[in-house]
Amino acid sequence: MNGLKIIVLAKQVPDTRNVGKDAMKADGTVNRAALPAIFNPEDLNALEQALRIKDQIPGTTITVLTMGPVRAAEILREGLFRGTDEGVLLTDRAFAGADTLATSYALSCAIKKIKDFDLIISGRQAIDGDTAQVGPQVAEKLNIAQITYAEEVLSVNKSAIRVKRRLERGVEVVEGKLPILITVNGSAAACRPRNAKLLMKYKHSTTISERQEKSEDYITMINERPYLNIKEWSVNDIESDREQLGLNGSPTKVKKIENIVFQAKEAKQLTNNDRDIEELMKELLSNHTIG
Amino acid sequence: MNNIIVYCEIDEGKVADVSFELLTKGRGLATQLKCKLEALVIGSNVGNLPQQLFPFGVDTVYVADDARLEHYSTLPHTAITVKLFQEQKPQIALMGATTIGRDLGPRVSSALHSGLTADCTSLEIGDHEEKKTNTEYKNLLYQIRPAFGGNIIATIINPDCRPQMATVREGVMKKEIFDMGYKGEVVNLDVNSYVSDTDFVVNIIERHMEKSKVNIKNSSIIVAGGYGVGSKENFDKLFELAAVIGGEVGASRAAVDAGYVDHDRQIGQTGITVRPKLYIACGISGQIQHIAGMQESSMIISINNDPAAPINKIADYVINGSVEEIVPKMIKYYKQNSK
Repeated sequence: MNGLKIIVLAKQVPDTRNVGKDAMKADGTVNRAALPAIFNPEDLNALEQALRIKDQIPGTTITVLTMGPVRAAEILREGLFRGTDEGVLLTDRAFAGADTLATSYALSCAIKKIKDFDLIISGRQAIDGDTAQVGPQVAEKLNIAQITYAEEVLSVNKSAIRVKRRLERGVEVVEGKLPILITVNGSAAACRPRNAKLLMKYKHSTTISERQEKSEDYITMINERPYLNIKEWSVNDIESDREQLGLNGSPTKVKKIENIVFQAKEAKQLTNNDRDIEELMKELLSNHTIG
Repeated sequence: MNNIIVYCEIDEGKVADVSFELLTKGRGLATQLKCKLEALVIGSNVGNLPQQLFPFGVDTVYVADDARLEHYSTLPHTAITVKLFQEQKPQIALMGATTIGRDLGPRVSSALHSGLTADCTSLEIGDHEEKKTNTEYKNLLYQIRPAFGGNIIATIINPDCRPQMATVREGVMKKEIFDMGYKGEVVNLDVNSYVSDTDFVVNIIERHMEKSKVNIKNSSIIVAGGYGVGSKENFDKLFELAAVIGGEVGASRAAVDAGYVDHDRQIGQTGITVRPKLYIACGISGQIQHIAGMQESSMIISINNDPAAPINKIADYVINGSVEEIVPKMIKYYKQNSK
């Protein structure tokens, strides 16, 4: 049986979940430098679903596609360390400032260049925006169906896929025809760790931009081992309508960013001593807030 | 006339609460913009639903009624919504930020090349001046939402593309009857001219929907824990306090992400919005994304080791100390004094 061609859409994101005090600057803007860049968590869940299909169906290939700055190649390497076949980095100033729609458009153009695919899998949403929009918007641009909120791929073959979805109030099992796009929930199986052999094999893999300052010996090595080259595409490598890319191609504009200043109330300050706590509980009882 | 259209979500023959909330908000916006408020209903045997919508001040209900549309499915709903929007050219389109709205909204926005803002916590009408092109925009929809993990509040606008689309979570807007006697019009859509057979490519094999076990939204007392609670075991103390004083347990996103408690208890912009009588925040620092979901609580008690925790600024009582130590004391003194 022929394997499937899977594209995983992934994003490198600032880790907004555990924002420390130094993450906000004094003027109320975000200090991105203070936040580590990580593989978007639900994209890792998506990657695991793709790897499981590859485990099951021999001949399956996985390409991870990401859009971002040069350093986003880090997550493509993370993919290679876990068993993907290829990474593609879409990077160009022309893509900068894109909202979800302009991002989806750029990704869909890159997917058209990859051309052959049976299945696209991505995380449900990225933690820096939480919009959950890019997956469905890409599917629409490619004119294919979608299954969102997937928790598990139950079965798949060249023509159809059966997926368990996790919804607000329960689960749903749906079946769709390929090609199709799936977005995966954080409740799905966690991604496997790096594989030691693959780590050895791919640890020197780079994109062309990352190689700018490398030694001649390194360049010789890359030429001998072409699998160490991570594809890097600029706006010139894809066919696109430039009007639809980046900031100009984004229908939504940020009008204003505010650091919220709470209307400070006069809070009553209590300590942890028994008398304070007892007084508080008595007060809550006497004014019928509780009890 | 460019109106406001609310996509109404149908759940087992009933209109979802979030849709009524959006209609209530939409009515206010329509009055301000002097345009009509319209609703779109897609389902099977939904002929009686428009009568439930009119009291919310709805002028037109578009109905797509077909046996094949009994359960939500992406492509048929997208096809109907996109074509209707192309015909009616609404200036604003609102949807619930539910698993349905977040599946449908991006598809529609992608097809129409219109901007979509997810999980808005506030919608307002305002003007905008684009300095670069020296263009004045009147009466835009300000789509306001916490961003960047809830660390900032962003106001998003769609100056040029229509409709201006936004999703809002359940419970964020209030649900209020506008006028019991309000009269609107029903427009039945010819489903076959909107949907083709090829749209039905994803089929539902099984569905298991359960009533949510957790009823945080309607609880008048909420004991909520954050990352500062420290462990799943410490969360048990919160459950004990909640049980004793007759409340529910909620959580911040950080606590949910850390695995201390289930996702269905998450309060905040990407969780549930609550307005209880009493909110006890235990070890919650108070990111905007959390505050957005609980700031309308009548009384807020914050228990925190960090006197500078942002949540303390909106609290009525601040108890400086550890959750582990204070919560058992609250249980003890409640029991001693409640009889």
